[in-house]
Amino acid sequence: MSDTFFTAAPHWRWLIILYFFVGGLAGGAYFLGAVLEWFGRPDDRPVIRTAYRVGLWGAVVSGLLLTLDLGRPLRFWHMLFQSANLPHVMFKAWSPISFGAWALLLFGGCAILSARLLREGTALAKLVAAVGGLLGFFVAGYTGVLLSVTNRPIWADSPWLGALFLASGASTAAAWLGLLGPKRGAAESSLRWLSTFDARVLVVELLLLIVFVASLGTLARVWVSVWGALLLVGVVGFGIVWPLVRHARPATGSAGLNPAVAVLIGGFLLRVVMLLASEGIELRRGVAGLVR
Amino acid sequence: MPEPMGFFTDTTICIGCKACEVACKNWNQLPAENGGVTEMSGDSYDNTRRLDGTHWRHVKFIEQFKGPYDGRWLMMSDVCKHCVQAGCLEVCPTGAIIRTEFDTVVIQSDVCNGCRACIAACPFGVIDMNPVAGTAQKCTLCYDRMGVGLEPACAKACPTDSIQFGTVVELRGRAQKRVQQLKTQGVDAWLYGDDPNGPLGGLNSFYLLVDKPEVYGLPAHPQLPSRNLKRSGTFSTASAAVLGLLALVGLRKRRMDTIEGGSPPAAPGQN
Repeated sequence: MSDTFFTAAPHWRWLIILYFFVGGLAGGAYFLGAVLEWFGRPDDRPVIRTAYRVGLWGAVVSGLLLTLDLGRPLRFWHMLFQSANLPHVMFKAWSPISFGAWALLLFGGCAILSARLLREGTALAKLVAAVGGLLGFFVAGYTGVLLSVTNRPIWADSPWLGALFLASGASTAAAWLGLLGPKRGAAESSLRWLSTFDARVLVVELLLLIVFVASLGTLARVWVSVWGALLLVGVVGFGIVWPLVRHARPATGSAGLNPAVAVLIGGFLLRVVMLLASEGIELRRGVAGLVR
Repeated sequence: MPEPMGFFTDTTICIGCKACEVACKNWNQLPAENGGVTEMSGDSYDNTRRLDGTHWRHVKFIEQFKGPYDGRWLMMSDVCKHCVQAGCLEVCPTGAIIRTEFDTVVIQSDVCNGCRACIAACPFGVIDMNPVAGTAQKCTLCYDRMGVGLEPACAKACPTDSIQFGTVVELRGRAQKRVQQLKTQGVDAWLYGDDPNGPLGGLNSFYLLVDKPEVYGLPAHPQLPSRNLKRSGTFSTASAAVLGLLALVGLRKRRMDTIEGGSPPAAPGQN
């Protein structure tokens, strides 16, 4: 049995699951906006604007979710400044949660600048987009690294969660922008690029998911459970494979569920499964099982 | 500078009286749960079951029975190990967790904001939330008592000296002698966490055991959470590079298609 089974669950549940999903989506969306800002065309501008707004509101919602999840929400600023030694900064480069708090704050700053304050297409806007895009990708992926840098079952038993969450963040972001695009005047070519990108990222995500499960070794048997069923049916089947099939063979007409919605639901379920599968493993039962 | 202080817990003389649990809760004014209503575990004589934010000491009852007359009880008073390399201290993003002048690890409740990173980082499952304080809490090795020359409340209350308090160096010597004594009596005893070159740089609270660590609910090879940081960060960075490349390849393909179909439009900044 893995040594990770002798630890206690940190009670990271629905607010954190929501944060992981929203943060991934916001970071991924801003990154895509930044890529288009640098390498896109004039008719990509509606998607760029939408991407920055998704980044902005995602950062705001992420901050609120993280704060509400704290045992003492009014002390949220203790993550950023030394409470007993103001105005000294509180920062640990080796602690993903510390690094992530700063990254989210700076990412939010870039998103505000890009979405509200800077003139479009200027050199400064491009510079901010470059910094914000990197921070956005960091926000999308560090949550998985944060889970790996613990001692909990599943999370600490594989180093692939960060890469997996990053791919999921990028795919949900492309799906979300693809859904919002038509209502915000996105060009057909922009939407096609988003759709193609999403399909390719879904393939990467599927490969990473397989590598992640394989990297668990004998611990992979934890997936012989309701969480494993949800991972297989909800995340892989509904959230990855079905959208890929629909991408390869687009349905005629507009009937049926939009594959982008399935990608979003799959991305959310991925966080649900990864968080709750580990949260649900009881220290007591593991120990008792060994004793008997 | 004071010497590193700690506990040596000899599990072979623990009688499971739970005086240490009571003394700890009493001295540290830890609240009751469920309004003080006792909740029976239902499958053990131990109703505390685990360490958490309101139980900083816990006497484990390990019931090894094959039949009614064939078995034994193992008792172990568990507590924070005050690791020399502490995972909780490593990840704490607020600086609430500190190493004291006694080489112990303490959570400052007025700094902690209840993010719970330390709970997931501890390899022993020691830390949990105190629902009244809204912060993560654990044993402080009675930092307030040590400061005025008193021994921790649990060690003071222990009627069999199963919990011994002192300097870590002195305790290690005492523990080695006890292991030798037990071995001459035919008991297969050994020390868990006493080696300063072992996992986590040694534990300032270490144990004498007579079975495998897993039997006592202890990990065989406790590790720091940061062991995964480099690999996980590298894989994520590589993944980010691949995704970025996919985005650029898609844009290039679009540009090529446009060139084949007609003249390419200007870049966004040029409109």
